[in-house]
Amino acid sequence: MTNVKRRRPGSGNRTWVVARTDLRQLYQSPDFWVPMVILAGFFFVISPAILLFAITRAEGNDLVQKVGGTLSVLPGSARVAIDARAPHASDAVKASYALAVYLFAPLAIIVPMTISTAVGANCLVGEREKGTGEFLAHCPASTREIYTGKLIASLIPGYLTTLVGFGIYSLVVNLIVGPHVGGWFFPTAQWWVLMLWVVPPFLAITLSVVLRLSARLKSAAAAQQATGLVTLPIILLSYAQSTGALFGAGGGGFITGAVAWVLAALGLWRGARAVKRSRLLGVEGDLA
Amino acid sequence: MAEPPVVELRAVRRTFKGTVALDELTLTADKGTVTVLVGPNGAGKTTAVRMITGALLPERGEVRIFGLDPGVDGEQVRRRCGVVSAKPALYDRLSGWDNLAYAAELYRLGPSAPIEAAAERFGIEQALDLRVGGYSTGMKTRLALARAILHDPDLLLLDEPTSGLDPESSHAVLRLIDELAEQGRTVIMCTHLLLEAEGLADQVVLMEEGRALVAGQPEELVRWVWPHPRVVIDARDRHHLDALATMRGVLSYERDGGAAMVSVEALDVVPDLIAGLAASGVRLTKVSPHEPTLEELYFAVRNGERPPIETAPARSGELEPAR
Repeated sequence: MTNVKRRRPGSGNRTWVVARTDLRQLYQSPDFWVPMVILAGFFFVISPAILLFAITRAEGNDLVQKVGGTLSVLPGSARVAIDARAPHASDAVKASYALAVYLFAPLAIIVPMTISTAVGANCLVGEREKGTGEFLAHCPASTREIYTGKLIASLIPGYLTTLVGFGIYSLVVNLIVGPHVGGWFFPTAQWWVLMLWVVPPFLAITLSVVLRLSARLKSAAAAQQATGLVTLPIILLSYAQSTGALFGAGGGGFITGAVAWVLAALGLWRGARAVKRSRLLGVEGDLA
Repeated sequence: MAEPPVVELRAVRRTFKGTVALDELTLTADKGTVTVLVGPNGAGKTTAVRMITGALLPERGEVRIFGLDPGVDGEQVRRRCGVVSAKPALYDRLSGWDNLAYAAELYRLGPSAPIEAAAERFGIEQALDLRVGGYSTGMKTRLALARAILHDPDLLLLDEPTSGLDPESSHAVLRLIDELAEQGRTVIMCTHLLLEAEGLADQVVLMEEGRALVAGQPEELVRWVWPHPRVVIDARDRHHLDALATMRGVLSYERDGGAAMVSVEALDVVPDLIAGLAASGVRLTKVSPHEPTLEELYFAVRNGERPPIETAPARSGELEPAR
């Protein structure tokens, strides 16, 4: 048991009240957020730093030749962009540039999705298992307010971790690769589009599915398993789309994001209907 | 003109995967009354409470709370209800304070929410800064009670509210219920502990298998099941008491190894019975009128000792025999 500071209740919107309370519980559970931080640290900081450092410092060996070979499979637009940025750079430097800008793109999708789906899978079924679903079922908040609050509380940890990780990743890339390509160059315009326009709706699409599962399944374990299976295709699709957004010239990323936003809105609207008071209570007949 | 009931359930039916939880349940509760729902596990008490707040909706029948349909005006109904569920439904990772603050925000009480006062009422104020996960069962129940009254509800729904409480805390809860009823609040309480309901309930509803077997004021129910006075008579040699069975004025006689229980036409005949026994040389050790307990009433009705009378459903305060 620990002492915690008292906070006077506010008068705000119930959706934010639900979200804030869920986030507070998450913050007070180091066993939950410490692995998230480690995951993000590994994918956004440690692996890129090691790989980029190794490649930019290595010359004329097998590793560099193999990595340099990947340049040939990149789309033409990407190779043009690399040559324009570092026309006189060695193959090793160009390879590290390609890795930093194009090939680490999946991190920007996988990390937030993994974190947010882990939170989201537990958010409704967890209330049922702990018995607190009964409190929510009897409280004045509407099911829409509860659903939206849970959605925000699931989305924020993943997206926030990704933004912070993105910031640190940018620093790592610029410090390691930047000196070899004429200065700081990251994030590129496509990465801004990816992080601010493409990732959020894909995250929302995934969460709209995850929250529906969390509302319907009987246990947190079942929700975690089902979530993994169901969201895998979405993660793969998101990875493909995000990579394409980076490779695509002009407005490819904007179009991808716009379509994703529309799908996200539809998915969330449908997902809200899955939250019923009877499901918060865990009554038989309303659960899968 | 009499005020409409605060709680009205009319022929409410609800099933879960083919199991009937509520079977044409009809029950009403007037403002400022204490209604106690009594019944075994699975009788439908908790389901009835969930119907009242609109947490569950009926498949058939009608529910009106404060004149509103909780399926349509759920927020308005729930804002005026305070609920203590059978399990405390608290957030273990949050402190007691944060649990109460969460409720205060959902009920839109603002910064002036009387958190300290509510906690003090149930003697939980010293533990407010501690995480609920470390609370004892009794502390959790008291915190849940504090949360239920935080927004000064007009209708209090308590499901086994004294579960896990020590006698002092139980007494405090029952006192609170009394006070709230005197202030015009309406209380519906589910309990297995019939002793708690005695002296507290304005209306008792005996439930079984989703139906109300009987409903009414405890005294009226007792008179309905046992219309004639009952007297306990004990003697040094108990077998001599068997003579009571054939004495004038005795309607029924029971003796199951212990003292005799006789049902008489009126208490006026008791002196004659005593005189008759004394004349036979019986050494009497006890003669006292017997007030049947709610527990006896419950078992009498459940065991069908007094078959129910088929009548139309009555308002609270009148007898509602089983269908």
